[in-house]
Amino acid sequence: MSLDKATVASIANLARIKVPDDRLEAMVGDLNAILGFVEQLDAVDTAGVEPLASVTGHTLPQREDAITDGGYQARVTANAPESTHGFYVVPKVVE
Amino acid sequence: MSDLLNLTLAEARATLAAKDISSTELTQAYIARMEATADLNAYITTTPDKALQMAEQADARLAKGEGGALEGIPLAIKDLFCTEGVLTTAASHILDGFIPPYESTVTTNLWNAGAVLLGKTNLDEFAMGSSNVTSYYGPVENPWRSTDEPDRKRVPGGSSGGSAAAVAARSALAATGTDTGGSIRQPASFSGIVGMKPTYGRCSRWGIVAFASSLDQAGPMARTVEDAALMLQVMAGYDPKDSTSAAEAMPDLSAALNQGVKGLKIGVPAEYQVDGMPEEITKVWRQGIDWLKAEGAEIVDISLPHTKYALATYYIIAPAEASSNLARYDGVRYGLRVDGDSLAEMYANTRAAGFGEEVQRRVLVGTYVLSAGYYDAYYLKAQKVRALLRRDFDQAFETVDAILTPTAPSDAFAIGDNEDDPVKMYLNDIFTVPASLAGLPGISVPAGLSERGLPMGLQVLGRMFDEGSVVRVGRALERAADFTAVPTMVREG
Repeated sequence: MSLDKATVASIANLARIKVPDDRLEAMVGDLNAILGFVEQLDAVDTAGVEPLASVTGHTLPQREDAITDGGYQARVTANAPESTHGFYVVPKVVE
Repeated sequence: MSDLLNLTLAEARATLAAKDISSTELTQAYIARMEATADLNAYITTTPDKALQMAEQADARLAKGEGGALEGIPLAIKDLFCTEGVLTTAASHILDGFIPPYESTVTTNLWNAGAVLLGKTNLDEFAMGSSNVTSYYGPVENPWRSTDEPDRKRVPGGSSGGSAAAVAARSALAATGTDTGGSIRQPASFSGIVGMKPTYGRCSRWGIVAFASSLDQAGPMARTVEDAALMLQVMAGYDPKDSTSAAEAMPDLSAALNQGVKGLKIGVPAEYQVDGMPEEITKVWRQGIDWLKAEGAEIVDISLPHTKYALATYYIIAPAEASSNLARYDGVRYGLRVDGDSLAEMYANTRAAGFGEEVQRRVLVGTYVLSAGYYDAYYLKAQKVRALLRRDFDQAFETVDAILTPTAPSDAFAIGDNEDDPVKMYLNDIFTVPASLAGLPGISVPAGLSERGLPMGLQVLGRMFDEGSVVRVGRALERAADFTAVPTMVREG
C-alpha cells in the first residue's frame, strides 16, 4: 500500500507538524520507502503469537496514590517560552 | 598532548588514589584537549569551570583518603541526559535554551561516585540516526581517517557519535551513551572504542530525553572493557522513578572480568552472515571465533531465524514510540516557540521549525502506524514479530552462554554518504537492533583495522541480566585482539 499526498498531509496534521506543499512530495516518497521496507513483516506467520510489550516480563510496580513531589511552580515554568503568574501562556483559544 | 590522557580509567583511578596526580591536573589536561580538538564538533556544550570545581572537590575527598568509585574521573555526558543547570539539547532546535531543573538518575549516580563533568556531547537529533549527521548542531567528525581517502571526514557512527569521538580523540576519559537500536555499540565500532548496552531496565531512564521507551538504555563508552565495566557498575541500579527499572542486583563486573572463557559456549548465528557484507567484516568475525576457541571456549553454530525481520520490526516500534514521546514538544513548556494565529497553528509551526527532517519522518511514520485502522496491521504485528525475535534468543541461550557477531556491517563511511535514502542508513543497525528488541545486554569491542585503516568491532550478546558473561567474553576478545591502534591525530598529539 502506498500513501498519497492527501494522506501524508492528513498524517502531518495529526502529528501537528506543518509540512509545506513544496516538501510534501519528497515526504511522500520517503514515507513510502519506509513503509515499503517494513511491509516485509507481512511474510511472517504470527498466528497465535502474543505481542511482546515488556522484555523483562516485570509487572509495573504500584505505589500509594499520594503526593510525593512538587511545590516548585517557578522551577517548573522556568523554561517556558512565555509564562505569567506561575502559568504557561498560550495563544488565545476563546474569543 | 599530555601523557595523562593516555591513562585508562582504571589506571587514572589508581594514580589518583596513590596521589601521584590530582583530579585537577587530569581535568585540566582534558579541558586543554577538548579545546585542541574542538573541530571534531564532539561537544555541544563544554563545562570547564564546573569541571574544575568538581575536580577540586574530588581532590579534597581524595586527600582525606575518601572518595567514590569514580572519584576525580573526567567524563563526557551525551546531551540526551538532563543535567541540572546545564543546557540540554538532545541535538534538537526544539529544545533551544532548555536548562533542566533536575539531574538524571544515571548522571546523579556518576556524580555521587565522584566523577567530573567535562561537557555534553553531540548526537543525532533525539538519538535518531546512525552517523551523527542529523544533529541540529552539525555532524561530528570521527578522529579516524582512512588510508584510501585521507582527506574525507568520516562519521563516528551514531547516535552517540559525540561520545564515541570524544573518547577516541582523548577529549574525554570515558562517556555515557544511550542505545535504542545500536546507538552505543555501532559508534563504538566505528570509533575503535568499547561501548556497552546493558539489559533493558538496568540503568534508569529517568531524566534521559525519551526516544523509544521500550528500547532506550544508557550505557558506558570507554577505552577498555574494564573501564566500561567500572562505569556501568556505577550507572546501573534500581530507581523507583523509572517504572521499568529492574530490581535484579548487578553482578560484580570487575570480578567477572578476568574469569576467562574456558568452558563457555559461544553461539555463532548463521543469519548474521548477510549478503553484500564486506569480506573483511566476515574475516574479523572468524578471527574472533578463533580467538575465543584458542582461549578454551566451545563454539556452537546457532540459528536466529527471525533476524532478517528485526530492522523492519524496529522501524515500526521505534517511530511509534517516538511519535508518542515527542508529542510533548509543543512550544508551551520549554524550548522553541514559533507563533501562529491559533494554538494549533503555533504547535504545527513550532514542530515544523524545531524538528529536523529525520525526526519529522519518524514522527509521521509513527503517527501513521498508530492511527485508527492501521494499529493492528503495523504496531501489533511488529510486537508479535518482536516476540518471535526474543524467542529465537531464548532458545539459543538454552544451549549457549553468549553470542558473537560483528557489530556493524561496515567500517566508518564518509560524512555525506548513505544519505540518499533513509532505509539505506537504517541498514547500519542490522546487527545491533535484534538484541535491542529482545532487551539483551551487549558490548562492542575493537577487534582490528580494515584494509583502509579503520576500526571494526565485534559484538558479544548475553542473556537477560547476565552482564557478567558479556564483559568476560568481551575482555577475552580484547586481550586476544590487543587493539593498540589509535587515530593519527592522537598519535601525533
